[in-house]
Amino acid sequence: MRRDYDVAVVGAGLVGAAIAYGLAKDGRRVCLLDEGDIALRASRANFALVWVQTKGHGYPPYAILTHRSASLWSSFAQEVEAETGVDLGFQQPGGFTFALSEEELEGRRRILDEVQAQPGVPDLGSRIVLRNELISLIPEAGPEVVGASYCAKDGHCNSPRLLLALHRGFGMRGGDLLTNRTVETITAGRDGFSILGEGEEIQAGKIVLAAGLGNIRLAPMVGLDAPLQPLKGQLIVTEKVRPFLHYPLVNLRQTDEGGVMIGSSMEDMGFDTSSVVPVVANMAKRAIRLFPLLAEANIVRSWAGLRIMTPDGFPLYEQSQEAPGAFLCNCHSGVTLAAAHAGDLAQAIGRGNLDGFGAFSGERLRVQAAQ
Amino acid sequence: MFKRLSEASGRVLSFTFDGQPLEGREGDSLAAALLAGGVGVFRTTVPSDASRGPYCLMGVCFDCLVEVDGVANRQACMIPLREGMCVTPQRRARQLGE
Amino acid sequence: MRRLGAVDELAATYDLAIVGAGPAGLSAAVTAGQFGLSVLLVDEKTAPGGQIYHGIAASPLKRGSILGPDYWSGAALVEGFAAADVDYLAGAMVWQLDQDRHLYIGADGKSRRIAAQAVILATGAQERPFPIEGWTRPGVMGVGAAQMLLKSSGLIAEGRVVLVGAGPLLWLFAAQMIAAGSPPSAILSTAATPSLGRLIPLLPSFLASAYARKGLSLVQRVRRASRLVSSVTDLRIETGESGLKIAYRAGGQAERIFEAEHVLLHQGVVPNLNLIRSAGCTIAWDDAQACWHPIADDWGASSVEGIAVAGDGAGIQGAETAARRGRLAALDAACRLGRIDGAARDRAGAEDIAAIGKDAKARRLLDVLYRPTAAFRMGSPKALVCRCEEVTGERIRQVVRETKAVGPNQLKTYLRCGMGPCQGRFCALTVNEIIAEERGISPGKIEPMRVRPPIKPITVAEFAALDL
Repeated sequence: MRRDYDVAVVGAGLVGAAIAYGLAKDGRRVCLLDEGDIALRASRANFALVWVQTKGHGYPPYAILTHRSASLWSSFAQEVEAETGVDLGFQQPGGFTFALSEEELEGRRRILDEVQAQPGVPDLGSRIVLRNELISLIPEAGPEVVGASYCAKDGHCNSPRLLLALHRGFGMRGGDLLTNRTVETITAGRDGFSILGEGEEIQAGKIVLAAGLGNIRLAPMVGLDAPLQPLKGQLIVTEKVRPFLHYPLVNLRQTDEGGVMIGSSMEDMGFDTSSVVPVVANMAKRAIRLFPLLAEANIVRSWAGLRIMTPDGFPLYEQSQEAPGAFLCNCHSGVTLAAAHAGDLAQAIGRGNLDGFGAFSGERLRVQAAQ
Repeated sequence: MFKRLSEASGRVLSFTFDGQPLEGREGDSLAAALLAGGVGVFRTTVPSDASRGPYCLMGVCFDCLVEVDGVANRQACMIPLREGMCVTPQRRARQLGE
Repeated sequence: MRRLGAVDELAATYDLAIVGAGPAGLSAAVTAGQFGLSVLLVDEKTAPGGQIYHGIAASPLKRGSILGPDYWSGAALVEGFAAADVDYLAGAMVWQLDQDRHLYIGADGKSRRIAAQAVILATGAQERPFPIEGWTRPGVMGVGAAQMLLKSSGLIAEGRVVLVGAGPLLWLFAAQMIAAGSPPSAILSTAATPSLGRLIPLLPSFLASAYARKGLSLVQRVRRASRLVSSVTDLRIETGESGLKIAYRAGGQAERIFEAEHVLLHQGVVPNLNLIRSAGCTIAWDDAQACWHPIADDWGASSVEGIAVAGDGAGIQGAETAARRGRLAALDAACRLGRIDGAARDRAGAEDIAAIGKDAKARRLLDVLYRPTAAFRMGSPKALVCRCEEVTGERIRQVVRETKAVGPNQLKTYLRCGMGPCQGRFCALTVNEIIAEERGISPGKIEPMRVRPPIKPITVAEFAALDL
C-alpha cells in the first residue's frame, strides 16, 4: 500500500491543529484536513480562556489534565511564538468568576473545595475572594458583585491568532494543510488508512479524528463511537476600548485588541448557530451588572458556536481496537488543552498508544450507559 | 476646504470642535458642518493611530467617528448638527467610564 | 404620513414594514398605503429621499440648475409620500431582522422589537470599495460623499479637486461641480476600453434610452469644461507638502503626479446587503456588475418567505427602476395579505415589469463600460483593504497562500478583516475577489462574508433594555 503520510489529522480547528503541530515536530509526514469556509467550526466561537478553576468537578483526571495543560501553556506559547512570529497574547494573571449574590458565592466556594479535594488533584491555587479585596484588584466591578472565585492558573489568549500560529507552525514544520477537504469515507487497511474526500484519496499510517461534531459521522468508519451533542454558546463582542480589565472572567474578558467579549449562554438547540436576540439581551443585562461601565460600550457583533459535549462533558481520547492507529479526540476546551494536545497527546499518538490518557477513553461512557 | 454656495441659506448654529468655536447651518449633518469649518481629521484609528476623515458620508465606513457631548464613537455623518454641540476628535480607542 | 418621534410610538405589529426611504421605499409605502395596509417605513436618515434624493425636502439649494432635473424629479415622490397613510420613523436603524419578520429597531439610544406580516427591504446602494494606496487619508472621499454635501448643505469642495475612477455618478457630479462654478481640476478616468465587438450588440437598446440622451450630452459638457486623463492605472495617494499627491500612470506611460486638496474616488455603486443577508436572504454573484445581489423574482420576493427586496439593494438599476420595484413589491405584499387577487396584481404591475426589463437591456452597455478592472476591484498590494482593522491586500494574499484559506470567513479568523465596526461593508467584495483570484475560481464560488447582528453597533445598555 502506498503511504502519503505517516499521520492524517482530520479537522483543522484548535484541537486538530494543536495535535498536528505536535506530531509534525518529530519529522513525521503529517497532513491536516480542513473543511470549507462555512463549517461548524467551534474554534471560531470559543472564548479563548485557559481555564482551570472548576474543570474536572466530579472527574479528577480531567482536573489533573487541565492543570497540567495550563501549567505547560507558558512554555508552549513561547515555543509557538518563537517559531511563527505570531503573538498569542497569552496572559495568566489568574481568573475570576463573579458572584452576584451570597448564594452564588457559596456555590462557588463549595465547587472550588470539592474540585480541590478530589484525589490526585494538585494545588490549583484557587480561593474565594470577597468584595473588598476584589474591588482593590478590579475597581470597575459592579455594586451587586459580592465576591468571586479565583484561580491563579487561569488565563486567556488571542484564540484566532492561536489558530493562525498553529496552522503556520504546522506548515513550517513541513506539514500539509489541505483545505476544502471534507472527508467522505475512511477505510482501514492492513497497514494504514485510506481517506477519501472531495475526489481525492490519501493514504496514511495513522488517522486522528479531531473533527469536533464531525466525529459523530466519522468515528464509526474506524470502529469508534463519538456520542457527542452540540451545546450552543452565544457570544458578544464590543467595540475596542482602552484596557480596563486585566483579568479574565469565566464569562467576560477584554481581548488584547481591546474588545470586550461577553459569553456564554448554555442553550441546547441542536445544530442551529444563528444568533438569538433575546438570549443576547440577557447576556447584556448580566454584563452590566458585572461591570456597569459596559453599558455605554457599543456591541459590534454577536454570534454563536456549538460546544462539543460528550455525555459527561469530559474529553474523549481513544484508539480504535478494531482499527489500531485510528484515534478519536474530542473535547470542548481546545484552547486550555492546546498545550497538552501539542505535547503529551501528540507524543502518545506518535508512539501509537494512549498510555496516560486511559481515563479519557470511551470505556467510562459505556460503563455509565450500562448502569 | 469646502465652500458654501451663496444660494445656500439656513440658520447659523454654533458648536465647538476640540475647544474651537465653529459655525454650521441648520440642516447640516455634524460631518458636513465640521468639513465646512475646515476640519479634515475627525479621528485616529485604533490599530495604528492613523488620521482619518469622512469617506462615505452615508453611515457605512465608520471613519467619521467623533465624541459628541461626551458620547464616544459617534458617526458624525448620521447626526444632525445642533446648537451648542461639544465635539472632540475620537482618538484611538475610547475610554469607558469617563 | 405620520412622522413618529420615537420607537415607543411604533405599533407592535404592521401589515408591512419597509426599510429605507429612497425611491423604492417611498413608492412602496405610497402604493401599500393605497390598499389600506398598515404600513411602517423606517429610515436611517432624518428626512426622506435616500442617497439619490438626499436632502430633497430641505435642500438649501434652490430648485435650479446645479443638481439637475433628475434630482428634483424626486420631489414628487417625497410629496406623494407625505400624503400617504403610513407611519414613518426617521433617524432609526433596523439592526436585526429575523426570518420570523421581527424587526429590531433602534433610535436615540432605545430599541424595540416589532413584527410585520410582510417586509420590503429597500436598503439601497453604497459606493464600491476603491482600495488604492492612500484611500484612507483625510481629504480623500467618495464622489457620492461629496455629492451628499452639495445636496443637503450646499457645500462644494474648493481648491484643487481631482475626480478619480469611473461610472455615471462621476460624470454627473463633475457636471454638478461645473454648474456650481467649481469645475474639477482634473478627472482621472480608470474606465477600461472594452472592445467594439462587445459594445456594438448593446448599442441599439442603449441609444434608444434616456441614458444615451442624458448621458452623452452630460459627458460632452464635462469634457469641454475640465481636463480628462484617460486609461489611468497604478494609482497611489500620498500626503504632500501642501495637500495630497496622486501618483498615476496614463496609458501605461511613466508615473505622473497631481497635487490636490481633495481627491474624490468613485468606482460605481453596489447593493447594500447587510440587512438583507442578516435576514437570511440568498444572494448570487453578478459577474456583469462584479458584486452580489439578492435572488428575487419580478415582484422582489426573496428566498425568505414574506421578505422582499426592492431598489438598488436588490441589484443596481438606478432610481427610476427602484421606484418601479418598490411599487411591485408593495403590490405583491397587498396580494399576499389578501387585499388584491393575483390577477389584479399582475395587471397593476405589468407596465412596471415591462419597463424594468427594457431599462435593464439599455443599462447593459453601462455595466460593460464601467465595470471596474480587476486591478481596481482587488486593489493595490499596499492598499488597506480592510479600513477598520488596517489589513493590506498583500497581507491578505500572503495569508491566503500560506493557509490556503478557502473563504473570507476563515480569513477573518486569521486577519480580522471584516471584524471592525463597518462589518465588511468596505472590504468584503475585495477580500472575496482576492481569494477567488488566489484560488483560480469565480468569486461567485466563494461563500460571502457572514453578517452578524447587530448590523450596526448599538450599546450594551440598549441591548439589555430590550423589552422582549
